[in-house]
Amino acid sequence: MQFTSFGFLLFAAAVLLLYYLIPKRGQWILLLAASYFFYIWAGVEYLFFILLTTVTTYAAANLMGSRLAKQDAYLAAHKGELSREERKGYKAQVKKGNRVWMVLCLAVNFAVLAVCKGLIIDPFRTMFQESGLSFLTVGLPMGISFYMFQSMGYVVDVYRGTAKAEKNFFRLALFVSFFPQLIQGPISKFGQVAPTLYQPHDFDGKQVSFGLQRMLWGYFKKMVIADRIAVAVVALKGDEFTGVGFALLGLFYAAQIYGDFTGGIDITIGLAQALGIQLPENFIRPFFSKNIAEYWRRWHRTLGEWMKDYIFYPISVSAPMLKLSKSAKQKLGNFGRRLPVYIASIATWFVTGIWHGLTPNFVVWGMLNCFFIVLSEELTPLYEKFHGRFHLKEKAWYGAFEMLRMFVLMNFIRACDLFPNVGDYFGRVGSLFTTFNFSILWDGTMMNLGLTALDYGILLAGVVLIFSVSLVQEKKGSVRELLWSKPAAVRYILLFALFLVVLLMGSYGIGYNASNFIYNQF
Amino acid sequence: MEALLNILQELHPEVDFAAADHLIDDKILDSFDIVTLVAEIDAEYDVAIPAEELLPENFNSAKALYALIEKLQDE
Repeated sequence: MQFTSFGFLLFAAAVLLLYYLIPKRGQWILLLAASYFFYIWAGVEYLFFILLTTVTTYAAANLMGSRLAKQDAYLAAHKGELSREERKGYKAQVKKGNRVWMVLCLAVNFAVLAVCKGLIIDPFRTMFQESGLSFLTVGLPMGISFYMFQSMGYVVDVYRGTAKAEKNFFRLALFVSFFPQLIQGPISKFGQVAPTLYQPHDFDGKQVSFGLQRMLWGYFKKMVIADRIAVAVVALKGDEFTGVGFALLGLFYAAQIYGDFTGGIDITIGLAQALGIQLPENFIRPFFSKNIAEYWRRWHRTLGEWMKDYIFYPISVSAPMLKLSKSAKQKLGNFGRRLPVYIASIATWFVTGIWHGLTPNFVVWGMLNCFFIVLSEELTPLYEKFHGRFHLKEKAWYGAFEMLRMFVLMNFIRACDLFPNVGDYFGRVGSLFTTFNFSILWDGTMMNLGLTALDYGILLAGVVLIFSVSLVQEKKGSVRELLWSKPAAVRYILLFALFLVVLLMGSYGIGYNASNFIYNQF
Repeated sequence: MEALLNILQELHPEVDFAAADHLIDDKILDSFDIVTLVAEIDAEYDVAIPAEELLPENFNSAKALYALIEKLQDE
């Protein structure tokens, strides 16, 4: 059931209506039932995978939680009798035991994820199909990369003592499966969603209205922009498009993936808001970033936070890395001191790459991001001298230049997603320096990409609208709050106009099934 | 505390660390800085700050960071 399908709209409307009609204590149970209905609708064969994650997460968290509770009770009962060393030793022993449960849970889940992701790509897919076991291939279970990372983060948090083990199995099952965020995140922490996920909610007209407005904005980005430009992105991947054609591909793909992913997340967060549930933001106007590190703090930030908390930090502050830092500092100075950070960055970007897919281009994509972030870090002192010398940081035009530089660079890095053949990708990048075929912009080629003049007009107007809204958000805050302060008639006319735009200018495929969301495949 | 302020000052000479109390929220310290700090603190105080303590509230001010070091020394 795609977010963009008519069936989903009916389903969401029914859930919303029932949610505020039934007794409040049953609201979260309704959400659990709705989430499993949503999941089973996608394919009953996927049920095994989400149940496996839910059961193993519940078991590991509660085994660790009960051991930690026993530890606290024991330490409280023997407060005066134990020396500092004895208390420390006891805690270390409990932690060691808990580590076994945590590692076991992570190993089982990530092994399943690796197998699922491995079996959808060649050569494994072909090998498996030829071995006569093809009946076991069910494709990538819906949302597995999202709900599994969210669940595994929770298991680590319980191990660390930063989250409490949820004792009610069904409440935990809702945290894992909450349907608006199931298929493309945001990847939330238990502490971020639990306060509003299980809490009874009264009908709050403003929150429901804000939630629905955000959903409408999401549908606009997805159906008017992303789905419209998708056809041109496919066309521009053709072998003949080098040089300026490749630069256009980077630009069009930026618009497509922005509309697709941020639009999908707007629908998710908006629906959750209408239900009174607060999810973490996944995007903070990423194209206003001035460098790639900042971009990754503003784009898909819940994945970035996950990688930072569970991969980057644990590696970079581990005992071997601290030892390496000490010795490398003596030999290599400042660069040596930062060596652990760089090693942890490579590991983090490697994992981020394979999270997106097990094909080589995603590893290369991760390493390209890592390379530019590390390069920028190493060049920081040089940049600062340069900026200071010409007082560039005080100039508005220089800020705009930095954003444009980041945007262009990210367009080329991001395009790596589109080329499973890495050689082909680098060939296209190389063509930027050898092929200056600007004539494709006016020789009629643009009209052969599957877009009409009207499509270009709609896309341009849509991008200008999104940019203007983003600018207002950046300078003045919530646009919905600003609208709320206007007379109701103005508000409703604007929202009705947006609704009409989605209805009349949305890209509808055969049978009104819009394209799949790009991030549903991860 | 003096030694900690020196370490911080070396990272960002332009910041008044004795007064600043939103180092993470104001994006003065990023994740690279935090890891560098952990290594420097380990060398100076012989205290290993574990990953679970790398939270904004522990790094928002020199005072909070020093309190964390003292807590870990006591454990």
